[in-house]
Amino acid sequence: MRHTISLSLALAAFWLLNSGYYTPLILGLGLISIITVVYIVHRMDVVDHESQPLGLSGKILFYYVWLGKEIILTNIDVVKKIWLGKGAISPTLTTINISQKTDMGKVIYANSITLTPGTVTVNLVADQITVHALMAENIQPLEAGEMDRRVSRLESKC
Amino acid sequence: MLIAATIAILVVMALTIVRGCMGPTLYDRILAVNMFGTKTVLLISLLGFVMGRPEFLDIAIVYALINFISVIGVLRFSDSFGFKPPHQDKASGEKGS
Amino acid sequence: MMDIALNISSAICLFLGSFLCLSGGVGIIRFPDFYTRMHAAGVTDTLAASMILIGLMLQNPDAIVISKLVMILLMTLFISPTTSHAMAKAAMNSGLLPLLDKKENKDGVKSS
Repeated sequence: MRHTISLSLALAAFWLLNSGYYTPLILGLGLISIITVVYIVHRMDVVDHESQPLGLSGKILFYYVWLGKEIILTNIDVVKKIWLGKGAISPTLTTINISQKTDMGKVIYANSITLTPGTVTVNLVADQITVHALMAENIQPLEAGEMDRRVSRLESKC
Repeated sequence: MLIAATIAILVVMALTIVRGCMGPTLYDRILAVNMFGTKTVLLISLLGFVMGRPEFLDIAIVYALINFISVIGVLRFSDSFGFKPPHQDKASGEKGS
Repeated sequence: MMDIALNISSAICLFLGSFLCLSGGVGIIRFPDFYTRMHAAGVTDTLAASMILIGLMLQNPDAIVISKLVMILLMTLFISPTTSHAMAKAAMNSGLLPLLDKKENKDGVKSS
């Protein structure tokens, strides 16, 4: 039930922010749309803790701030390598172990790796992920496990 | 500055098309198409501001979603039998597109 | 005074975004193989898009416009890693091997 309410609130916010017209007719149409969507989603049986990770929402903001800082730093690095040309890059493909237990934690970790330029998650099987990196140095922070630890700390919340 | 940014995006789109035409493998072309789509989203938002019509942002949102779904669809389709070139290496990737 | 500061910061953001976009475009031409080009495309999807959209946000005080720009930004940031991962995985499954560094191969560090 909690998840249904949060989904309806999210849809209502989406409608109100996108429409910009607050007349009764438009708001009524919005209400009908929200009810239809919630009904369809219920029939598809996808309203659960995975599509609405409520426990996560508080703590993940700090993680996003940290991730944003990482994204800016790696971006500068990659742009430097682009202008230096072919000689500067050393593409590598490695497999590293991850410590997350839940699917949600694994997906957050893999997506964070892909979101930082310079590293892309190619495959995720059980508790190992294959990472393609633009430079060999890019692997080292991942093996050191700073991001891994932060995601694991997030995971305990969900 | 808005005009300059628009021109920069257009240049990037041209570069992307060059890669899409050159791209040795099928996946290079898909990458180029995806990047072209994300740049189009930025271009539409910028054009909305250049022309003073912020309603263009709605189109940009829809374009972002459609671009995502179409790329995922093409990738899903490229897994299926018969779409793949017989042996994928640098030279023979051309046939796949 | 406030207007001038906003305009200047918006211009700086737009300039940085355009520069990063151009870098990504050059990278997609210059890099040697598909997997490395994907990293160049990642630059234009993350920081370049954020910079341009933040620059646009600073131009317009209207709440609806800002909320729409934030929505576009969030969508870009959520969609881009998914697409990159899907492309990398599809390419790997179809047997497209990445171009690896020579030194790594010799040391035997290379895996799978």
